[in-house]
Amino acid sequence: MNGWLGSILHVDLTDGTHSVEHPAAATYQAWIGGKGLAGHYLYPHATRSWDAPGMPLIFMTGPLVGTSAPTSGRMCIMSRSPLTGTIGDASVGGSLGIELKQAGFDGIVISGSSQRPCGIEITPGSVLIREASALSGMGTGELHIRLKDKGAVATAGPAAESGVLFANIVVDGAHCAGRNGLGLLFSAKNLKYLTIKGSGRVPVHDPDGLRQAREDIFRLIAASPVLLGELGIAQFGTGALYDLMNNRRMMPTANFRQTVFAPAPSMNAAAYKRRYMPKRSGCRGCHILCKKVARDGTLIPEFETMSHFSALLLNEDIDVVTKANSICNNLGMDTISAAATLACYAEMEGERLSGERILSLLDAIGHGHGIGRELGQGSFRYAAAKGEPGVSISVKRQELPAYDPRGAYGMALGYATSTRGGCHLRAYPISHEILRKPVATDRFSFAGKARIIKIAEDCNAVVDSLTACKFVFFGASLEEYAKAFTAVTGVETTTQELMRAGERIYYNERIMNALNGFTDADDDLPPRFFEDEGSSGNDMRIAPLDRKEFLRTRARYYRVRGLDQKGMPVSEKAAQLGLQWTA
Amino acid sequence: MKQLVGKYARKLVDAGLAEDGAPVVGGLDDELVWNRRDARCSELAKVFSGLNINALLFSLPAEPYRSMIDYLASMATVTDGVIRPTDTETRTILHDLPVVEAFDAGEIMAALERRKCAVLPGHGVVTWGMVSPEQAFVFYSSVCFACFVKFMSDYLADRKSGRVSRRQRRVMDTVMQHIDLLPSEPPALMRAPFLSERAIYHAVSQAGRMTVEYGLVDSFFGNVSLRCGDTLYISQTTSSLDELDGCIDPCPLDGSSCAGITASSELTAHREIVQRTEMNAILHGHPKFSVILSMDCEKTDCAFRGQCHIRCPESRFIEDIPIVPGEVGTGPHGLCHTLPPAMEGRRGVIVYGHGLFTVGREDFNEAFAGLLAIERLCQETYLRMVS
Repeated sequence: MNGWLGSILHVDLTDGTHSVEHPAAATYQAWIGGKGLAGHYLYPHATRSWDAPGMPLIFMTGPLVGTSAPTSGRMCIMSRSPLTGTIGDASVGGSLGIELKQAGFDGIVISGSSQRPCGIEITPGSVLIREASALSGMGTGELHIRLKDKGAVATAGPAAESGVLFANIVVDGAHCAGRNGLGLLFSAKNLKYLTIKGSGRVPVHDPDGLRQAREDIFRLIAASPVLLGELGIAQFGTGALYDLMNNRRMMPTANFRQTVFAPAPSMNAAAYKRRYMPKRSGCRGCHILCKKVARDGTLIPEFETMSHFSALLLNEDIDVVTKANSICNNLGMDTISAAATLACYAEMEGERLSGERILSLLDAIGHGHGIGRELGQGSFRYAAAKGEPGVSISVKRQELPAYDPRGAYGMALGYATSTRGGCHLRAYPISHEILRKPVATDRFSFAGKARIIKIAEDCNAVVDSLTACKFVFFGASLEEYAKAFTAVTGVETTTQELMRAGERIYYNERIMNALNGFTDADDDLPPRFFEDEGSSGNDMRIAPLDRKEFLRTRARYYRVRGLDQKGMPVSEKAAQLGLQWTA
Repeated sequence: MKQLVGKYARKLVDAGLAEDGAPVVGGLDDELVWNRRDARCSELAKVFSGLNINALLFSLPAEPYRSMIDYLASMATVTDGVIRPTDTETRTILHDLPVVEAFDAGEIMAALERRKCAVLPGHGVVTWGMVSPEQAFVFYSSVCFACFVKFMSDYLADRKSGRVSRRQRRVMDTVMQHIDLLPSEPPALMRAPFLSERAIYHAVSQAGRMTVEYGLVDSFFGNVSLRCGDTLYISQTTSSLDELDGCIDPCPLDGSSCAGITASSELTAHREIVQRTEMNAILHGHPKFSVILSMDCEKTDCAFRGQCHIRCPESRFIEDIPIVPGEVGTGPHGLCHTLPPAMEGRRGVIVYGHGLFTVGREDFNEAFAGLLAIERLCQETYLRMVS
């Protein structure tokens, strides 16, 4: 076997044992790796409660991880989401994936629950479970400093210990597996950290073929203005999108009540560059280096964090944004959900939060103090408990990121159909609706968007399974990555064959969600987007979404995806994809 | 979708890439629609059913592309069934062009499983889109351009070495019947000074539109910019030069905003040029004969043969116009490193296998005249060399 190592590590924290499974080659080929293979391992447990001891927490790499395939230093972490109840997953960078491969494993499936706080330490030929009570309450930054000599580090912070439903897992102190509250799985298993140090090599079938694929991919990355352009994310980080979103009048402002933020030009990525003079950083093995780090080591916020901790909260202080980002990272909680929950709170209370108040509320959430305990349940539960669920701008209880769907109709559909709740990354239609890649589409139209979203979801499922970085696909495509896949694994494949695997992976997620009762009623947007106009101006109207047209497009999506009218799986389609579904 | 498939069928004809009534363009959301009825739609529908795509374009190319493509395809079928042009467009996007001998859904699908296009000798060219029919249109256009450049480049090389076959000559005779000499007079474009931002946008749009009308681009692609004060107004990435309204990004030269992140891939090269020189208007097209001659090099024993597009060490010129290596964008071999210094003191520069950049001091009149004159020079030179 090349690319894949043929070994999955199973760790049971209840009895402190571990074992190694050697899946069949056909299993790897059907599910690729990463998100696909993680979904395969999650399926038998999909209906368990997230905090049941039998619910696995899965770390899975793809066949490209640990090779020289561009941007392949990522991996997938998956379980059932405490925040949404859907499947929960995150693609995460840093060095964890590569170290895992170098330690000899494609993935780790952690089940059970330890009696006492513990850590898992993996080195070649050794899996140790350590007592970790002394690390309880410690922030992810300090944990990383303490543990980094042991290799790559994944930790949960105080937010997980406090029961925050949007708690993250933090890799290498800087890379967050966010959105779905996977950090809580650490807490449920009494797991404080996971460290991995490897020393092996990942076998590659055809090094020369891989070199050619690399050249093709590098050429396309270099040709992409969004990636390596002088205004792109290599230079400015993902914050490079900030100006564009405001100019397109789709920057979520004041809890999505407006879509333009007047102070944005002074809080953009260029302002961060002037203020902090950051250096470039990123995942291991990536030359784009989209992460920015200030000279003193402070992480510069990503785009979503920049936007939500400024516009969404009407905060005009750039230092508050940076501090909020640091607090969230150290406490181990998702910045999008944290900011959006505060915005919901501010609207309900009729309060404009000062910078100081924002920071103190974040601290209260992360430590489970006072009002923070309620807010730590996320905006939907907070708002619903007060009788105003519509003030929570979320899908399937997960707060929406920093693209107002009234300014990009494909994004509206993509938010609704995402299998992990309100998420921009499942289909990322911003790529064509705003960034013009591979070509521009009409952002104010639902025409053609049903199939576009379905295809993009399948494509990104493949990307998260290989595993590669989705940003690269602003330039490269699966055509080039299919070549890399074949060169690495020796398994002949094509763009379309990978896409069929992507369809299987995504449909499997729909099945798991359906098993947990999710229907078309959950594939929907908050009423605000259908009722209220955004901030129109400059000859550009940000109209409310046409609900009938949205529902017609969603119905088209269901037909294209092979679901029934209620968004439920269909046994014939499932069988066609090699899956099982019984209504 | 119906509107989009019709639009791109028309654009193929307008660009001279297909004859009226030839293109069949299908678009699929939850239902499949075609721009027109055609007996071949049922076979093409099978291709849709087997692929995760949302658009399919099939057409017999117009002359002279048809003869050249058929010739290249027939030559490919006696080897490995793949046409391998070496222009930048192919290197970057298409990689290579598989040939399919029969109009059969299974065979077409097998090719499109891996690549963005398939060439069917005697039948036409088929391409797909995953996002929009526009993608299929772009790929089709690139196939025509790549095959034109490859046929004419190969012919020139074979002519020099005395290896032109009868068949090649017959194809060239057909090609010659369809090549019109470029006009010698450029159009009158808007003149500086531009007193409002609206006037700037109009000037950029007009320059783009006229570049297309004069056939100085590979169908509709290239880029255009104009510096006014501290802002560079530049066409957006993947924009069609004949449809630039709403597709021009104002980029502050002081780097105070990233709003131009959607600007052309060549923003850095454009900015460097306006900052290094006194020129403020830049036109970039893909005129075919400039591209063909840029690839005409007789130094067969060069250590960098096969890497000319990124490593050519020679100082090469077509009259006063330098030819430089460089790939699209800002990578280590990006043309942003080679083009701006070469442009100093020049009216234009050709980037190897890619296209031509020209400049003007205040508005697009000088840049357009340069683009036209240089391509005309290359056209005349080429025709003289093969006559």
